[in-house]
Amino acid sequence: MSDMAIELRGIDKSFGLVHANKNINLTVRKGTIHGIIGENGAGKSTLMSILYGFYQADSGDILVGGNKVTIKDPNAAILSGIGMVHQHFMLVENFTVLENVMLGAEDSQILNTSISKARVELKRLEKEYALEVNPDALIEELPVGLQQRVEILKALYRKADILILDEPTGVLTPPEADHLFRILGQLKDQGKTIIFITHKLREIMAITDEVSVMRRGEMVATRKTKDTSVEELAELMVGRRVLLRVDKGEANPGAVKLAVENLTVRDSRGVTMVDNVSFTLRAGEIVGIAGVAGNGQSELLEAISGIRKAVSGTVLLNGRPIDVTGHADPGDLRSRGLAHVPEDRHHVGLVLKFDEAENGILGYHNDKRYLNGVFLDTKAIQADAEEKIRKYDIRPPNPRLKTANFSGGNQQKIVLAREMERGPDVLIIGQPTRGVDVGAIEFIHKRIIEMRDQGKAVLLVSVELDEIRALSDRIIVMFAGRVVGEREPDATEGELGLLMAGVEGRKEAAE
Amino acid sequence: MEFFDTIVAILESTIRVSVPLIFAALAGLFTERAGVFDIGLEGKMLGAAFAAGAVAAVTGSVLTGLMAAILISVLLSLVHGYASITQRGSQIVSGVAINFIVAGSTVILGEAWFRQGGRTPALDADARFQTVTFPFADAVKDVPIFGPIYSNLISGHFILTYVAFLLVPFSWWVLYRTRFGLRLRAVGENPGAVDTAGISVIWLRYRAVICCGILCGFAGAYLSLAMSAGFVKGMTAGKGYIALAALIFAKWRPVNIMMACLLFGFLDALAIRLQGNPLPFIGQVPVQLMQALPYILTVILLAGFIGKAIPPKAGGVPYVKER
Ligand SMILES: Nc1ncnc2c1ncn2[C@@H]1O[C@H](COP(=O)(O)OP(=O)(O)O)[C@@H](O)[C@H]1O
Ligand SMILES: [Mg+2]
Repeated sequence: MSDMAIELRGIDKSFGLVHANKNINLTVRKGTIHGIIGENGAGKSTLMSILYGFYQADSGDILVGGNKVTIKDPNAAILSGIGMVHQHFMLVENFTVLENVMLGAEDSQILNTSISKARVELKRLEKEYALEVNPDALIEELPVGLQQRVEILKALYRKADILILDEPTGVLTPPEADHLFRILGQLKDQGKTIIFITHKLREIMAITDEVSVMRRGEMVATRKTKDTSVEELAELMVGRRVLLRVDKGEANPGAVKLAVENLTVRDSRGVTMVDNVSFTLRAGEIVGIAGVAGNGQSELLEAISGIRKAVSGTVLLNGRPIDVTGHADPGDLRSRGLAHVPEDRHHVGLVLKFDEAENGILGYHNDKRYLNGVFLDTKAIQADAEEKIRKYDIRPPNPRLKTANFSGGNQQKIVLAREMERGPDVLIIGQPTRGVDVGAIEFIHKRIIEMRDQGKAVLLVSVELDEIRALSDRIIVMFAGRVVGEREPDATEGELGLLMAGVEGRKEAAE
Repeated sequence: MEFFDTIVAILESTIRVSVPLIFAALAGLFTERAGVFDIGLEGKMLGAAFAAGAVAAVTGSVLTGLMAAILISVLLSLVHGYASITQRGSQIVSGVAINFIVAGSTVILGEAWFRQGGRTPALDADARFQTVTFPFADAVKDVPIFGPIYSNLISGHFILTYVAFLLVPFSWWVLYRTRFGLRLRAVGENPGAVDTAGISVIWLRYRAVICCGILCGFAGAYLSLAMSAGFVKGMTAGKGYIALAALIFAKWRPVNIMMACLLFGFLDALAIRLQGNPLPFIGQVPVQLMQALPYILTVILLAGFIGKAIPPKAGGVPYVKER
């Protein structure tokens, strides 16, 4: 018997030109929680997907329990006792919880018998691990926290001994994350091995026994958690010393630039996503909207920026109404001084097949300075792009390169440069640093604070609570489409976490 | 009484023309629920009709004809599968290509082999399907109301007709009550979920495509071995597209599919009936309008009345893991 649950030797993997994993060695001890951290794009998900048989390594060996195994597909991994909760859930949305858990592990051709067996087993697992979830609920009707539970149940149902969790806390509220950590502790006590991936250093310190750090496709270090520190890990992750906090002075709020009153927005299914929301945004301040993903922040941004029709309510931009319930036109709003950095830069913010220079003028392409009669003035556009590339340190500095070929951080800089350089009165930013590397995060945060100091009004939506707390001058918390509280930026994480989970908010509303 | 007889006659021909639609739409149901869109139903049906007609004419055996139809249709399905599942090509392009290739090659081969202007030789009774007469059908024929319904509507169809209608509940059972069906529906919604659950996406989709081929084979054989006595060039006449419309109209559900096919079949039967019989007040209705009705109806009803038809989420998209 070996006390190694997993051993990876010389794992190498490329996707086309991207060398995602370079000669990786990793040893995970049985019965431990092993953390893996690294910036976005470091290759963590790729490595774990290779272990799970989802991708095939170009070279290298995998040992499970000391024995060399070939994991040619996920089925082989399941048979070796490996289970994985993927970063992007692998669930069938219009199936029930039970059907999802059962899928691939049904024990007969006819479903009836499998269903009753699965129901009993699911009950048992629910009890044992405090993983309650209604087996007959449809996945699409469950909040993400519960969807994740289903993924964990799926792995346990297949009797996984080694459980891989890929960035599980990204979608959870702090109390939900705590609950997850308790479950993981319990699984560990039963002798299961857990590989826990995150880019949040605090979580690593809180629950892991050992931690491995990845950077740019390489495994750079493995430490015992008790022998390391947040500072050391951050430095290993980025490859240089990083400032973990942003410096910013006092805000000088001025006139009201954006006033939202009783705004209600429904999604395409008719579900109320934004419920009677009101707030104001002043010149020279940053207002952060905190909340777990899916609590209406996205719809709020879309309604204010004229992408999605609201059901009722008013929005005043510089004192003049925006026709949010009718035909608000994003182009028109731009010319009135409202700039929008959308949450989803791939689908809304950029046209990935266009080059950097073209993306740099999207939405402003009718502006006189980019036009030469009815034609685009390519020289002016090129010059404009070069200037932005210099100012925002966009790499590689090539305006002719397709935006798809820039890294996440640089793509985000392209969008930010486009929207910020017009000097808008109001800047609305969704998820400014999602999928952006730590180095670029520092830069982006600085630019946002600069905007504020120039007297611009900034509305910031982020699911990263740390980011909200670091940047905002005021914090608004949304839960289930409603504003459940407003706090100063020095509010504790625990307090905000409870609001985000809807716990405190309900009390406050009742008072 | 004459009016009642007319109704029975129209309903009878409704059933007759609905059968190939039901086979083809159920065929589409299986692949599309697995995430492989198939605009090539028309081509497969036509190829199957030709194979059935040609083989039955040569061998004189209706069953051999049916087998040939299924074989050809499954082979065409596998071509579509290879292009869209293995090679991850465009499912639309592959489907359209199959339609064109079959439309052309059936005429060329038919002319080369039989020299009857793209037809296959007319089949005699043994080489085609016969209608089934239920017990007492003749005896009760003259009983008012019940008689014509029993002996004309329920009795007196081809065996394939009964097969088609029985396939509706059977398909429902397969899709919703078997392991294969659960996995098939899952792979059409999220192939990643199927893959990570340890099931092969490729093999599953191939099986779905083969089911489609078998059913299209029945549709084609019905056309040339039951409804007519032999193959005539272009004899599907857009039925594959109508079946697709029915599939969408029915929101990819088996029982709805039967209803939609019967509705479209009814319009078709009505169109045939109205030919040369001007309506009171309205006058002569152009045939073209009647023929376009299924499509017009689909668009109108989908646009406003029956709500959005949400296709299987992963439909039309090849499963690509590594960019
Ligand atoms: N399926 C894929 N096809 C092509 N490139 C990929 C794929 N998955 C990941 N990559 C690339 O591999 C690198 C590592 O990605 P990933 O393993 O997801 O990193 P992490 O999980 O650490 O954020 C990135 O540059 C990413 O763009
Ligand atoms: Mg990842």
